[in-house]
This record gives sequence, C-alpha cells and structure tokens, in this order.
Amino acid sequence: MLAIIQTELVKIASRPRSYIGFAAITIIVSIIHLAMAEDGISYLGFITQSFEQSFFMEGKILNGNLVCFIILQTLIIQVPLLVALVTGDLVSGEAASGTIRFLTTRPVSRTQVLLSKFAAGGIYTLLLLLWLGILALAGGLLIFGNGDLVVLKSDELVILQQDEVLWRFMAALGAAFVALLLIASFSMLLSCYSDNSIGPIISTMAVIILFTIIGTMDIPLFDKIKPFLFTTHMVVWKSFFDNPVPTTQIWQSMIIMVLHIAGFTCLALFHFNRKDILS
Amino acid sequence: MIEKIIETRNLCKSYGSFVAVDNLNFEVYPGDVYGFLGPNGAGKSTTIRMLLTLIRPNSGEIMMFGKPLSKNRSFILSRTGSIVEKPDFYKYLTAENNVRLFAKLSGYQVTEKRIAEIFELVGLKGREKDKAKAYSHGMKQRLGLAQALIHDPDLIILDEPTTGLDPQGIIDIRNLITHLSSDLKKTILLSSHILSEIEIIASRMVIIHNGKSIVEGKVTELLDTSDLVVSFQVSDMEPALREIAASDWQKFLSEKKDGKLVFHLSQKQVALLNSFLCEKGIAVTAIESKKKLEDYFLQLISKN
Repeated sequence: MLAIIQTELVKIASRPRSYIGFAAITIIVSIIHLAMAEDGISYLGFITQSFEQSFFMEGKILNGNLVCFIILQTLIIQVPLLVALVTGDLVSGEAASGTIRFLTTRPVSRTQVLLSKFAAGGIYTLLLLLWLGILALAGGLLIFGNGDLVVLKSDELVILQQDEVLWRFMAALGAAFVALLLIASFSMLLSCYSDNSIGPIISTMAVIILFTIIGTMDIPLFDKIKPFLFTTHMVVWKSFFDNPVPTTQIWQSMIIMVLHIAGFTCLALFHFNRKDILS
Repeated sequence: MIEKIIETRNLCKSYGSFVAVDNLNFEVYPGDVYGFLGPNGAGKSTTIRMLLTLIRPNSGEIMMFGKPLSKNRSFILSRTGSIVEKPDFYKYLTAENNVRLFAKLSGYQVTEKRIAEIFELVGLKGREKDKAKAYSHGMKQRLGLAQALIHDPDLIILDEPTTGLDPQGIIDIRNLITHLSSDLKKTILLSSHILSEIEIIASRMVIIHNGKSIVEGKVTELLDTSDLVVSFQVSDMEPALREIAASDWQKFLSEKKDGKLVFHLSQKQVALLNSFLCEKGIAVTAIESKKKLEDYFLQLISKN
C-alpha cells in the first residue's frame, strides 16, 4: 500500500497542475500582505468605524494575527477549488489518458488503488493548507508583528489575547483540513464516474458554489436545508475564534464531515470496484 | 497433465442486449504463441479485458495458471504482462520512470541493470530519460512492451501490438515476440488484425466471430485441413475455360487472373483436376497450391 501511495505522490509531484494551487496561494497571500501593509490602517478604520462611535480602541489592531485571519477567511472559499483541481482528476485523469488500463492490470486491488489515491490527495491537501497557514501566519507576523486578535463579527466583537491565538489557528487549520478532505473525497467520487478530467473538477466546483450560495442566503426555505449541506459544516473552523469555543457545535460538524468523507469514499470504492474499464 | 496457462469456460459478456462474448472457450498452453483472431467487434478486446480483470464477465469462468482468476487476481496478474490496445503513459514522466512505476505496482524490485536490459530488448536504449510525451507512436508501442516485460512475467498478453508501426517496427516486434517465446520460453497471447503476422509467429490460434469461437487449434493443422486455394497455369486459356465450363469443375472455379485459373479444392481434387485437364489435351504448366490464413479466415467468417 505504501508503495502505491508513493507512486501516486510521484505522479502528483510531477504534474505542473499540482503547483497551480501553491502558486495561486502564494500570489494571493502576497498581494493581501502588500495591500494591508500599504493601506491596512484605513481599511481597518472603515471596518471598525461603527464600533468607534460606541467605544475607544487602543493598541496595535493591525497585526500578523489579524492579517492571517483575514486571509484565511478570504481564501478558505477558494482553497477547495484548488484541491478539486487535483483530486477531481485522480481517477478520471487516468481514464482520460488511458493509463488506468495499466494501473488496474497490476497485482494490486482496485480498493488499494483508490485508497492510495485518496491518501495521496489527502497529503497534497495537507501540504496546500500548511503552505497557506505558514505563508499567511509566518508572513503576517514577520511583516506586521504580533498582537491581540480582534475578530469582527456582524453582531459582536471578539478580542483574543495574542498568547491564545496560535493554538486557535492550529485547531482551525485542523478543522479546515477535514473540510478539504471532504472536498477531496467528493471530487474523487465524481472522478470515479467520469472518463474525462474536466467534468469532475467543474462539477465539484459547481456543487460548492451552489451550496455556498444557498448557505449564505437568508431565505426560510433555504434555512431548512442548510444543516444538510456539507458546506455549512465546512466553515466550522471559524468557531475556534469564538469566545468561548463552541465545542459541541464543532464536534457535531466534525462528525458530520467525517461521515460525509466515509460515505463518499465507500460509494467511490463500490463504484470503482464494479466499474468496467472500457477507456 | 500440463497446466494450462489460460482456460476460459463458457465465458459471456453482454452490454444491454448486445452480446459481446458468447460462451467462449479456448485454451492456451505453456510456450504457446497463441493467435487471437477475429474481425472488428468480434469480442477480442472484450475477452482480453476480461482476462486482465478490466471488465467483469456476466457468466463463465476464467482459469489462469490453473487457478480461478476471480479468486487469485493478484497472483495471476503478478505473472502476467500486457498491452491493451494503444499503450498510454504518464506524459510528464520519463520513459524510465514510467516503467519503474509500473514495476513497483507489480511488486517487482527493479534494478538499474534490469532497466537497461529491458530498454535494450525493446530497442529504446539511450531514450530512457526522454519524457513519454516526446515519444512517437512506434516508440510508445515499444515502451508498452517494456512495461509489460519489466517484471519478468510468464504470460504476455498483447492486444494489437503492431498497430501503427512502420514495416521495420512490425518486423522488430515480430522478432521480439519470437525471441520471447523461443529463447525466454514465455507464453504469449497475441491479438492482431494482421493475419500474416499470426501465420508467421503463432503456434496455435482461435478465430472468434460475434463473440463465439469458430475454430481453435494448431495453426499448421488448421491450414492443412481446410480447402486449398490452387491456381492452375495453363498453356491455352480459352479451351481450358470451355472444358471447365462444361464440367462439374466449374463450381470449384473461383477466379481467372494473370493466365491462371484459381480453384478452391481439397488435396485429392488437385490431382483429379490435373488429370482431367491433361485428358482434355490442355497442358498444365504450373500448379500453385497454397492456403493462406487470410483466405482461411475470410472463408470461415463468411460461412458464419
């Protein structure tokens, strides 16, 4: 199994497409860092002006922790799309290029092949997320320095001491990793049903966009279905920046996401094992 | 008792109402170069895909190396190398890394020596470090053979291995197959549209049509027992044609070309017709009796 995971990682590492995500994150994070360094004070002033009428804020609000939080909030919508770009192609790409015939005529089971692909996709996702976290946090702290994190919400203002920010970022990245694994498993499921590379990637993106739109619109009908959409639970990472941390809600969402991952993976295995390879 | 390398028992596969393979039975023995023949859509590729577990049969059984494929997939595939239709590779990897990757998946610890050996064998020495995307079609076919052979399999299944190759490439692949069979004692299942190729290198063959086996056996025996295509060269065509037309031999006459009369005859009839023409005072200057696989194949297909 390890040997197959290794071959899958070699394939991912050898494809130019795999670096698009890293390049995109690097560019976007750098642009945000640059913009915040240039114009961050006035940007924050605009956001906090409603609060400033009620109370006076003192200290260095624009710091590395806040910039990292802003980046994560901005990028966490786009990162699933970058993950799908690679994981959505893991099976269908092999079918499209014809290499699936060689792959599935080796003395390894299809279950092993698919689970190895999932593991390799998971490792890729983790690296992508770590790159985002390191670049956003380390870069932010380096440019803007440390400080308390002020989290602005629609109806409240949460102030987190700088010494308790790091573990929250770590936990948030952990939750985001589970969320991205969900996307990886979903795109791989679609990938098992397709013989072309683009279909599963576009379909995954379309589902994420559709569910996100439904999730953000305050319409009574949508409110009823929101708890059943996996995108609703994917933003649970933000809860680590609440005070106190809503542990029950986080566990609930994590369990729902893990169940989704298990369900999508089982469905993918069921289909892939029974699939006639005609390409 | 000799262990059969491949044995299919009442193998069936259908897609909806279309029956691709219909109760197919054939046997491949150790050391065979087994020709797998049939017109397009006869069920050759479907059968090969079933042998390689790419598709599942609806019913029937496949035994390979004396064991049922369904229960011994891993063991059987570790002893099998294959090319199914056109060989495709990871274009972004070098040829060598492609082969290494497939060897690894076969559980084979590949060495530098083995890589060098295999690239030399398939005629790609010196091109190991090229990316697969830089390979021509012919080179990809050779690379396909390299990945099929890298783990030193006992059985090699080749589906149309010479498709798209130039004449030299075809000869090279043919020589390689002969080498694998004669010198390395590999068993080879060879599907090909090029009948002359099968005729030259196959020891046994099956011809399938509409998913069914029409005939199976040793190539030499099958060609000997069937009708012969015999051309009689005569000194004077006109009287010969007149005599033939007036006799029962007319029904055996298939064509007239280049001063020759071509008949479909059994071995005995050749002598009888020769006597008949001599009796009628027609000098037979040459008799060419040959039975080509192509004729045999077409004859069988048209009958079925």
